[in-house]
Amino acid sequence: MSTNIIDRLRAAVLALLLTVAFAAPALAGPFEDAVAKFANDDFSDTAAAVEAVAASGNPLALPIISALQEGRLVADPGSKKVFVKQADGKIIDAATGAAVDKLPDGVADVRLNNRLRRAVEAALGSLTLLSPDPARRIAAAQSVFKSHDANALPVVEEALAKETNRSAKAAFTEARAAILLFKPDVSEADKLDAIAVVKAKGDQEAMALLTSLGPDQPPLIKTAVAGAISSIQSDLAMWSMVQNAWYGISLGSVLLLAAIGLAITFGVMGVINMAHGEMVMIGAYTTFVVQEVIRTRYPGLFDVSLLIAVPLAFVVAGAIGVAIERGIIRFLYGRPLETLLATWGLSLVLQQAVRTAFGPTNREVGNPSWMSGAFELGQITITYNRLWILVFTLAVFGILLAMLRYTALGLEMRAVTQNRRMAASMGIATSRVDALTFGLGSGIAGIAGVALSQIDNVSPNLGQSYIIDSFMVVVFGGVGNLWGTLVGAFTLGIANKFLEPVAGAVLGKIAILVLIILFIQKRPRGLFALKGRAVEA
Amino acid sequence: MQHILTRSLDRAATTFILVVAGLGILISLSNILLPAGSFFQVPTYLVALFGKYVCYAILALSIDLIWGYCGILSLGHGAFFALGGYAMGMYLMRQIGSRGVYGNPILPDFMVFLNYPKLPWYWHGFDMFWFAALMVLLVPGLLAFCFGWLAFRSRVTGVYLSIITQAMTYALLLAFFRNDFGFGGNNGLTDFKDILGFNVQADGTRVALFLLSCFSLILAFLICRAVVTSKLGKLLIAIRDAESRTRFLGYRVESYKLFVFTLSACMAGVAGALYVPQVGIINPSEFAPGNSIEAVIWVAVGGRGTLTGAALGAVVVNYAKTYFTSGPLAPYWLFMLGALFILVTLLLPKGIVGTFNAWWEPWKAQRISDADESAAREDGIEPKPNPAE
Repeated sequence: MSTNIIDRLRAAVLALLLTVAFAAPALAGPFEDAVAKFANDDFSDTAAAVEAVAASGNPLALPIISALQEGRLVADPGSKKVFVKQADGKIIDAATGAAVDKLPDGVADVRLNNRLRRAVEAALGSLTLLSPDPARRIAAAQSVFKSHDANALPVVEEALAKETNRSAKAAFTEARAAILLFKPDVSEADKLDAIAVVKAKGDQEAMALLTSLGPDQPPLIKTAVAGAISSIQSDLAMWSMVQNAWYGISLGSVLLLAAIGLAITFGVMGVINMAHGEMVMIGAYTTFVVQEVIRTRYPGLFDVSLLIAVPLAFVVAGAIGVAIERGIIRFLYGRPLETLLATWGLSLVLQQAVRTAFGPTNREVGNPSWMSGAFELGQITITYNRLWILVFTLAVFGILLAMLRYTALGLEMRAVTQNRRMAASMGIATSRVDALTFGLGSGIAGIAGVALSQIDNVSPNLGQSYIIDSFMVVVFGGVGNLWGTLVGAFTLGIANKFLEPVAGAVLGKIAILVLIILFIQKRPRGLFALKGRAVEA
Repeated sequence: MQHILTRSLDRAATTFILVVAGLGILISLSNILLPAGSFFQVPTYLVALFGKYVCYAILALSIDLIWGYCGILSLGHGAFFALGGYAMGMYLMRQIGSRGVYGNPILPDFMVFLNYPKLPWYWHGFDMFWFAALMVLLVPGLLAFCFGWLAFRSRVTGVYLSIITQAMTYALLLAFFRNDFGFGGNNGLTDFKDILGFNVQADGTRVALFLLSCFSLILAFLICRAVVTSKLGKLLIAIRDAESRTRFLGYRVESYKLFVFTLSACMAGVAGALYVPQVGIINPSEFAPGNSIEAVIWVAVGGRGTLTGAALGAVVVNYAKTYFTSGPLAPYWLFMLGALFILVTLLLPKGIVGTFNAWWEPWKAQRISDADESAAREDGIEPKPNPAE
């Protein structure tokens, strides 16, 4: 009952305050005095004004200070009046909140310097600490953590006391610890607790906070800080390894996806298809067309656009693949160098055809909602699209392996590649199997294009950027062996990402190319080389 | 020496040399002697364009030497061409001296722009022409030697070799795009002023460079001719057609391949060095894998395994490229180039000259044997019965 009365009282006081603030312009109080200081065009006056306004608890404080941060706060030096230009173009008097028709002549922006900008950020942080939106509270707590402004301590403690959201609570605890750590008159035990909290946070910011603490500390604190820093450092090093490994796996999955089709056409059939990249590109453009149709006709289906695009891309690219095999490649069996040249020419034609049909610029392919966004795992961020591509790649790989192993077509394919004449004698229509195998490889390249359209620019040159990498993967892994392709793709992906921080992106890539060239010298047939008679075939 | 020359100069080869020399001299004379604007006068820009074609012809010869006669399909010969070009470009950059935009007597403009404190060590010596000329041969040659030594020794052949040569030129492309690599990054080397004290832009210099290119083409042709008609050439063909068998017969296959690969790279380097002063720029896009593959198709169009065909193919394809890409048909050029790749490999595997020879040789042989027969009849001798009949 009593709390109820207090609540009511508080509401009444608030209402009164609001009425005062909005309806009584003549009444000059500490808030109005503080606001008037903005008009002095003096940095230290502005700093005092920021502090006073932030501490006033006036509902106008937040709009004023955010206006100051965004350069929307103007002042008239003559009348000492201050105005807020709102984002929607309306103008209000900063001291009263009353709407103003137009700015008086002679107003000037309230200027900021770097010191003030920090003060403004800190003030904004403590102002939004009590916001009803948990995300904003967390953001505010994080900015307090960075500024560790002692003035914010009462607000932080108040917010912490009534916080119910778990992650907001953690953020407030960390913010409080940061403040205590820097506050002079705090007991050593409290400081040690604070260090423990910051250490548990364990990220770059915690590290920066601890290193900025300075050397002149009591010995106990000093050792605790040093211990926390080294523990965070080793943690961070570990996480950066994990991060690199994840990036490497992600790159490896992209490489694998681009190379699986090639592993079929080049690895199993021995056909050099330089137009393989263009099959990937055609898959990506199929996705684009599917999404265009969905956008204009059935907008509700957008989230399943990729599920529709995958089989379509497989069929489109596969059909083109069969046509290529029937029209060009079958005349060139046993002449690999000529095949290479003819398919290169074909890749030029396909690229130019797509450029003529869709234009030379990048086409927009959207991410469905279940593929956008990211989640945090410890200190690393994992985006959903990369994760889905990894899953998709492994699924495609598994299905392909199973297909080669358990279906009739897979059996025929293996028979034809192992011994064509024997297979023909057994009644297998070898030329039909050739066409289907090539179509399968191309179709897989097409569905790779669906996935790659989610992370890369869909342009006529999309395929070219993957062709050299894909060949490297297949050659490195060993021709004629799908597992080799898998291992090759992930090895190259991870090696690339671990070299990148050391050598830079381009030099890392060059180093990988040189390493592969040297590796081929050592093992001319790749990691998992075929042995026996198949080698000379 | 006499022996090699006479054997290597059959009628087709002599015709080729005479045609190149004749056209070279004719074009030069027409540019210098006839008044500008006259119908028969070849304008200077065309002379430079023809000069470019001749450089491409040398590159095509170098590719034909290894692909047509030894079966090594290099998809990275553009790299040797570009390296030769860069060596010449570095000489030309050093010749600019203090006439650059920043007026630095030692550092080329891009180095001033990128805040290089001093000349990188590998730029020393390029102010001397003889050194640059040596590097034009040495750098591509050395790269080809190391690359070939590694590749041929471990028996990387066929398509694998093609793919790693492509990776090589791709790696160089990425490297030369970097600003801190010291070769002008993206923009490459350009704004040349003098070569050996003559203005690069002057008509006289252009004609001289064109003539020099024609001369180099003839020289390259003679060298290739000497190689392929010698015993070494027979071995190369043996390696092309049956590498393992040649090895089992006791020949060090990798040494022969290495020799011819290095020789070919040096020729490509010279072609690049002649190309740069006539075009006026060298930049990393010359390393693009696509360029190297395009050069291979010149050889395929002209006729792989025929030296005249390689040179002819380079000129024909590049003339078509100039013609189509400068007209309203420009968007269709890639269609045509692509179709050229496909149709030549499918329908004209011997190329223009090869197909012509296949059609011409039996006819010529028939005519000669007819002539022999009639001569014999006049002498009152009965022709010997042909055992094949």
